[in-house]
This record gives sequence, structure tokens and C-alpha cells, in this order.
Amino acid sequence: MIASETGSGAIPMIKLKINIKIKAWPRLGRSEAAQGYFLVAPPFLYALLLLAAPLAAIVLFSFWTQDYLTLDTTLTLKNYREALSDPLYGELLLRSLVISLAVTAATVLTAFPIAYFISFSVPPSRKSMWIFLITIPFWSSYLMRVFLWKVILGYNGVLNTTLTGLGIIDEPLSFILYNANAVVITLAHAYAPFAILPIYVALEKIDRSLLEASRDLGESRVMTFLRVTLPLAMPGVVAAVLIVFIPTIGDYVTPRLVGGPNGLMIANMIQTQFLKLNNAPMGAALAVLAMAMVTAVSLVFLFLNRRYLKGQK
Amino acid sequence: MKSLRLYAILYLIFLYAPIALLPIFAFNDGTVIAFPLKGFTLEWFKELLTIPALHAAVLNSLIIAVSSALIATCLGICAARAGTRFAFPGKKGILGLIMLPLVLPEIIVAVSLLVVLLQLGLPLGSWTVVLGHVLMCTPFSIAILNSAFQSLDVSLEEAAIDLGETRWSSFRLITLPLVMPGIISSLLIAFTISLDEFIIAFFLTGTNPTLPVYIWGQLRFPQKIPVIMALGTILVLASVILLAIAEYFRRRGVARTGQADAGGFL
Repeated sequence: MIASETGSGAIPMIKLKINIKIKAWPRLGRSEAAQGYFLVAPPFLYALLLLAAPLAAIVLFSFWTQDYLTLDTTLTLKNYREALSDPLYGELLLRSLVISLAVTAATVLTAFPIAYFISFSVPPSRKSMWIFLITIPFWSSYLMRVFLWKVILGYNGVLNTTLTGLGIIDEPLSFILYNANAVVITLAHAYAPFAILPIYVALEKIDRSLLEASRDLGESRVMTFLRVTLPLAMPGVVAAVLIVFIPTIGDYVTPRLVGGPNGLMIANMIQTQFLKLNNAPMGAALAVLAMAMVTAVSLVFLFLNRRYLKGQK
Repeated sequence: MKSLRLYAILYLIFLYAPIALLPIFAFNDGTVIAFPLKGFTLEWFKELLTIPALHAAVLNSLIIAVSSALIATCLGICAARAGTRFAFPGKKGILGLIMLPLVLPEIIVAVSLLVVLLQLGLPLGSWTVVLGHVLMCTPFSIAILNSAFQSLDVSLEEAAIDLGETRWSSFRLITLPLVMPGIISSLLIAFTISLDEFIIAFFLTGTNPTLPVYIWGQLRFPQKIPVIMALGTILVLASVILLAIAEYFRRRGVARTGQADAGGFL
């Protein structure tokens, strides 16, 4: 009975909504903003429901607690207290941050000369071929690439067996063996195109006559680079830094495969909390902390570079 | 400039070194992945044909990748058209949210979706992986389609409307054919991303693993590694072919709308 009543009540409601829509559309249809909203609605709603809402949920979740299978929904800071007081979590968070920063520095510093080379030395007709060459490795399976680095850097890996075979070293190189260095090398490889492309785009935008003017006015090549090219390329460098730094903190595969016990990162702990220890709220708290850390560092970085970003956007 | 060129070549070697090893060991007649090589064999490729679990994973991955590519490209068309053609308040924020997965660590996307799905009591399965993959692929689709829509001359569409076409038919007859290369390239890229994606699939897949999840499970067994190398060779080859086709269509699209080629995806 109740079901049929609510059912009959709901139908006129829907009809009413449809009527309003039909009447409203022709008028709204003319306005540019309405057309824009209408078009952007499907992807926006999708992102709202499956990205924004879950992200909000995970923040809420981090204030709950779980004891095996029972979930306690009273809001508490217990997870955060534990995460910040337990040295294991603290160490993992700090190490993730340090590794991410090292990866970012290594990737961006090695990428800049490549972007510079493609933008300034390669003839225009061959530029897109170079960009294509650089992006190809990035599109091959990420899992396979990380695994191949394990094959290269490992104890019985290609690098060590080759070097021992040639008699150059007696025992495997220890500084790249299942530790944080191996993680940095592997991630620097994985994120290379992410760093090269934004810098390349920024360099391409530079008006070449500015460089000529600088040389004509007596600046040396090096000073022209430092005072004209580099400041103008900074927006690209900043974008490259952020696009490498933010995702690396959450990398799971690389630390797990090449990191060894001392190269594990926060994502490995988040996964353990969620899938093995059945302590999703603790995992959520760690995820929130990692994101907060990344956001804070990114904002400081943006603030420090604000003078290069003026007039952009 | 000479030293810069040398550096660029060394950098390319660094970029390609891991991938170059794949075929070398896929055809190597030895279970240990190390030099010196033992001899040529096709055995690892033959073994691929005899693993039913692998075939199920491939099929599952293909279904997920095709669905994700189609949905992501449809959403991408909407967002790219809205973003390039219309001005509306809050546009930056809305598009920013849609593009967010591009910089968000994948594990964050994965666990947040997992929490919500489990709380709602929904069963995990291929469809939950599709939900996550669409989220990851849409920003890439938008990036590709943006350049396709941006290069479009608005006056072509206006001319069609002035000549009596409706808004929809002018979109179908004028705009769509012009951006078609972009759409195809977006489909291929989204397909490739979904096929390779591991973390989201790892968290959200139910009992049927996708191909990367299957590979992940096999990496623990040293004796399986030559077979994985053979599989990897095929995957990389497939990715390169798909990418080359996508690049061909992207260039054709660029040529069709008559702009200078700025090069590259992303």
C-alpha cells in the first residue's frame, strides 16, 4: 500500500519536472552559458559523483575507526594521533616525501636539456618526431617498465651480471640494489615525458627575437639563458615539477618491486591497511595525510615561484 | 650544441633501455634473466597460448578498455566542446575538477572509490574498474580533443546555421567530421591507458583479474618470468602500433583544420 502511494505520488512530480524542462529549454537554449553548462554537465556530474564525493568520503572515513569488521562511525582523531605518533608511519611519510622530492629534482633537471635541445636545436620539421620518440616508452605498460628496471638493477640483474662478467666489479653494486636510489631511477624514467613536455611547450612559446635582442645588447650566451630564457621557461618548469611531484608520492608498484624493505613508501602502507589489515579508516587517514603533505609542499613551491607565474593564465 | 645532441641521444638510450631488453629475453632460451644469452627460442610465446587464466584476463581487459575508451571519449567530447566553444561562470573550476585525476596519485582515486563502493554494498567487478578507468582516461581525452576543437573555425558552423541547418545537424555535418581524427586518437589513447592501468584495477577488480593484475600475480614466481617477458613484448608492440595509429590520426586532424603541427600528445 505504502509503496503504491509513494509511487503514484512520484509520477506527477517527474511529469512536472519534465514540463519545466521543456518550457525552460528554448529560452535557456539561446544563452551561451546555458549551452556550456548543458554540455559540460555529463563529465562534471561524473567527476562530482565518482571523484569529488569519494574524496570527501575518504576524508570522513579517516575520522572513523575500525576494529576488524565492525566500523565505529563516531568522529575521532585517533587515526591521526596514531599516524603521527607511531614512528613507522612517520618514517614512511617522510621517506615518501624525500623520495618524491628526489625524483622530481632528478626528472626535471635531466628533462630540461632535452626540452631545450628539441625546442632550440632540432629543425621544426623534425620536432614532432622527437616528441613522438620521447612519448613512446611512456605508453608501454607501466608495470612491465618497472619490472624491467628490477631486471636491470637487481642482484642477479643485467647491469650487475654484465659488469661482473666483464670483470669491472667483483660484487653487485650496492647503491642501486633494492633501495631508495633504485626507486628514484625507476620513477625518473617513468615520469620523464611528464617533465619534458611542459618545459618544451614553455620554451616553444618564447619569442626568439628577445634572445637576439639580449645578445645584441651585449649579454653573453650564458647570461641570456639565465636572464631571458630561464625566467620565461619557468611556468613550464613549475608545471613539470608539480606534475611529477604530486603523483610520485602515491606510487605503489615501484617501491614494491625495486625498493626493498627500506625503499617502501606510504602507498604500500595504505594498500596494506585497506586490503590486508582491514583497517580502512587508518589507510584513509594516511592517504589524507600524504595528500595534505603534497598539497602543502606544492603551495609553498608555487608561492616561491609566484613572480614567474604572473601574467600567465 | 654538439654536447647537447650527445646528451639527447644518451637520454633516448636511457628511455629505451628497459624496453629494448624485453624482446632480447623473450626469445632467450634460459629461465634466468641475465647475460650471456643462451640461444634462440619461441617456447615462451608458445607457452602463452596454453594458459587459460591469461586468456580470461586478456578478454576481461579488452572489454574494460573498450568500454572505458568509449565512455571517456563521449565525456571528453562534451567537456572539450563546452570548454573551447562556450564561456560560462565557474568554467575553470568545473574543468579543473574533471582534469584533476591527471595529477592525483592513482592510489588515492582507487581507495576513495573502493571505500564508497564497499560502503554502498556494491559488488566489485569489471564495471567498477570501468568506473575508475573512465575517471583516469577522460582528462587525456579532453587534452587531445581540446586541440581538435580549438583549431576549429567557428564561422564554418555559423555559416551552416545561417544556411538553414539546425544546431545539431550542423554539428553532425560540419563539426564532427572535422574533429573525427581527434576522436579516433582519443579512443585509442584511452584504450591504451585503460589496458595498461594497474593500481585502480588492483583495488577495484572482483574475482576476474585484468591483464596487469594477472601479470602482477605472476611476477612473484621467478620461473614464470620468461613467459612474462614474451607477454610484455607483445603488449609493448601492441601499444606502439596503437600509438602510431593515434599519432597518424592526430596529424591528419591537424592537417585537415589547417594549423601548424605543435607535436605530441598530452
